[in-house]
Amino acid sequence: MGFLEELKALLPGGRVLTREAELAPYESDALTAYRKRPLAVVLPERKEEVVEVVRLCHRHGVPFVARGSGTSLSGGSLPVEGGIVLALNRMNRILRLDPKARIAIVEPGVVNLEVSQKAAPFGLLYAPDPSSQPVSTLGGNVAFNSGGAHCLKHGMTANHVLGLEIVTPTGEVVRLGGEGLEGVGPDLHGFFVGTEGLLGVALEITLRLLPRPEAYHTLLAAYDSLEGAGEAVSRVIRSGLLPGAMEIMDRLSIEAAEKAVRAGYPEAEALLIVELEGPKEEVAAEAEVLHGVIQESGASEVRIARSEAERQAIWKGRKAAFSAVGRLSPDYLVQDGVVPRSKLGEALREIQRLAQAYALRVANVFHAGDGNLHPLVLYDGKRPGELERAEALAGEILRLCVRLGGSLTGEHGIGVEKKAYMPEMFAREDLLAMERVKAALDPKGLANRGKVLPEEAHAPA
Amino acid sequence: MPPLRPTTLEEVQEAVLAHPRLRVRGGGTKPALSAPEEGEAVLDLSGLRGLLEYQPEEFVFTALAGTPLGEIEEALGVHGQYLPFDPPLVGQGATLGGTVAAGLSGPMRHRFGGVRDFLLGVRFVDGEGRVVRGGGKVVKNAAGFPFHRLMVGSLGAFGVVVELSFKVFPRPRATRTLRVEMGSLEEALGALEKIRLLPLDLLALDLLPPATLELRLGGFPESVAKRLERLKGLLGGGEVLEEDEGHWRGVRDLSFLEGSPIWAKVPAGLDRIPLLESLPLGPRRYLDGGEVLYAGLEAEGLRALRAAGVPYLVLKGAEEPLFPRLQHGFFLDVKKALDPLGRFPLGWGHAA
Repeated sequence: MGFLEELKALLPGGRVLTREAELAPYESDALTAYRKRPLAVVLPERKEEVVEVVRLCHRHGVPFVARGSGTSLSGGSLPVEGGIVLALNRMNRILRLDPKARIAIVEPGVVNLEVSQKAAPFGLLYAPDPSSQPVSTLGGNVAFNSGGAHCLKHGMTANHVLGLEIVTPTGEVVRLGGEGLEGVGPDLHGFFVGTEGLLGVALEITLRLLPRPEAYHTLLAAYDSLEGAGEAVSRVIRSGLLPGAMEIMDRLSIEAAEKAVRAGYPEAEALLIVELEGPKEEVAAEAEVLHGVIQESGASEVRIARSEAERQAIWKGRKAAFSAVGRLSPDYLVQDGVVPRSKLGEALREIQRLAQAYALRVANVFHAGDGNLHPLVLYDGKRPGELERAEALAGEILRLCVRLGGSLTGEHGIGVEKKAYMPEMFAREDLLAMERVKAALDPKGLANRGKVLPEEAHAPA
Repeated sequence: MPPLRPTTLEEVQEAVLAHPRLRVRGGGTKPALSAPEEGEAVLDLSGLRGLLEYQPEEFVFTALAGTPLGEIEEALGVHGQYLPFDPPLVGQGATLGGTVAAGLSGPMRHRFGGVRDFLLGVRFVDGEGRVVRGGGKVVKNAAGFPFHRLMVGSLGAFGVVVELSFKVFPRPRATRTLRVEMGSLEEALGALEKIRLLPLDLLALDLLPPATLELRLGGFPESVAKRLERLKGLLGGGEVLEEDEGHWRGVRDLSFLEGSPIWAKVPAGLDRIPLLESLPLGPRRYLDGGEVLYAGLEAEGLRALRAAGVPYLVLKGAEEPLFPRLQHGFFLDVKKALDPLGRFPLGWGHAA
């Protein structure tokens, strides 16, 4: 029996897709500039099926890519030619939600937002909140160590994963970590988070839940320049405050968001959103300090949310910014570099200069609190050469971030998109160590082949 | 053999290549983890010391692994910042690297998380003498394999950590502590369960068995005073401690374990506490809402933990510090990739 026949025997009932029309939706993820036709797409419904499929792939030497909703912006779930796609969306059960232990145990296909919704009646939430949270799955969040607006204070996905059951690329099922906040021995589950599917597939994920903050204080400030907004962020930090979130949008993003969702934002070169959270007495005291700081920062207009509805209105535009930019341009690339917070101004000036040099528009939306930039490089894929120019500009921006002491990615991962830039951030020895770990766990190189690790690392020095 | 005491990265590399078995030692505050076994050379990292980069506005610093935590805290304190995971044994001279390798956090971890949540990047020398960097020096980063997180609790299994980058936070302006005596363990556990679900932003929430809770609050002085009153109402009273800072310094230095021959860290949790309380353990305290136990033991207590199948890490006073042993393929494969000759502890049939 050949590979496909065995696969079909493992997953009966039409859960192995091989027809052209069935495969087409899986050819790319949210980074649509890259497309690859897989050999087949399989739709497991239980973890035992995932394990059997991985073992079958190992036996036959067939590469596999696990994916959820395909919201990766770095091509992290792009199929491998001749390989299979493990689409895990049907594994979408919350297996246990234990308010006493403050944990949720979920299958990888569970959508991020659903955990907080299920935890809400107990006064709990799942803190990591990527903008894709209504769609993206926790398996993907684990693979990419996804972030969101609240990372400065609450950390990224890795900080909220307490344990994992995984299947390694050779088909071994292993439990890493546990159900509690503290363990003994190496933090192997922490190490697995963010390895972008190169070391195996998560079958079950144990998440920590936190009490929902008692009070929020959300402020929107308008500035005449991006630097002004950036400087305000520094002032907030210097004042000793630790906001839950600090976000900046530039003029282009503001205009796009206004057109898309009519958030009612003021007209400005830059908008800063600051959100305090915590016990009501503490938030009240912090809000006084914050207002003083913002007053002195030269904001042209300041709005404060007086109700939950007003708070949601402020966030609406920010959360919609990526998709809204789609209205301004047929295509765009989302970048995800990180710079030290004090270098934000310098980074933004340089990005503007680069945009002019490349004759492309760049909209900026970013998590200012942790220096995570999201320059959206606008282009028209129908014009010859424009995609290549956009990619070159995006590459310049990534190099800039590394040069300023930052990172290639804050939350979207390396995927296929940024792997060529890995040598900018990591030395050859660092990359070879990653290669060795990959080779030890996946001797046939089957799990998410071709992602993260640049081909150059193999080459002799 | 006298300990090797490198003062540069190159000397660490040379030491690693020159010795088939190595045991890394920082401040020596966790002797069960740093004392050499037969055939092991001691690699004393106290000569690799000092803060390399610190920009208060970035909430980030980078320091050499042998730097005493006290030195770090002093530098951070000048700018009103602190290590929110509240590392233990600072008073005894614990180092940054030792704290990461042992995976230890103190009582204030309750507020923002443990050592794993604040480590951003690492540079280490692997078992082949190669220098490897993982993570970064910014508060948010998702690039490449996170070798830094692999080092947390690793007991030096994968390499010699030489440099570490951490996230820090502004220190609360004021702190207060409420101590509440409950009628019984059951009552105390009931109160813990309730408090853990409330958005109180406590810095610390400890259980001193059988039935005492200690809650620490931090923030703006006026807000702390008001929140303290709310807490009292919630718990039906309690005593406000006069000596807040000194008291907690003692707790995180594990001074309650003084006099016990064996010191152990035991992952706990509300469901496991009744079992733990049925075992013959010595002086002890549950930190972080009952999530972790630091206990002083006699040999009998350690045997009881093992017999009950409860995992533990011994910091002081026993030959096999880690239970259970790590044997699965994932760990061994990573070990094989980074320490193929088995120079470092764990794996390869070494005693724990």
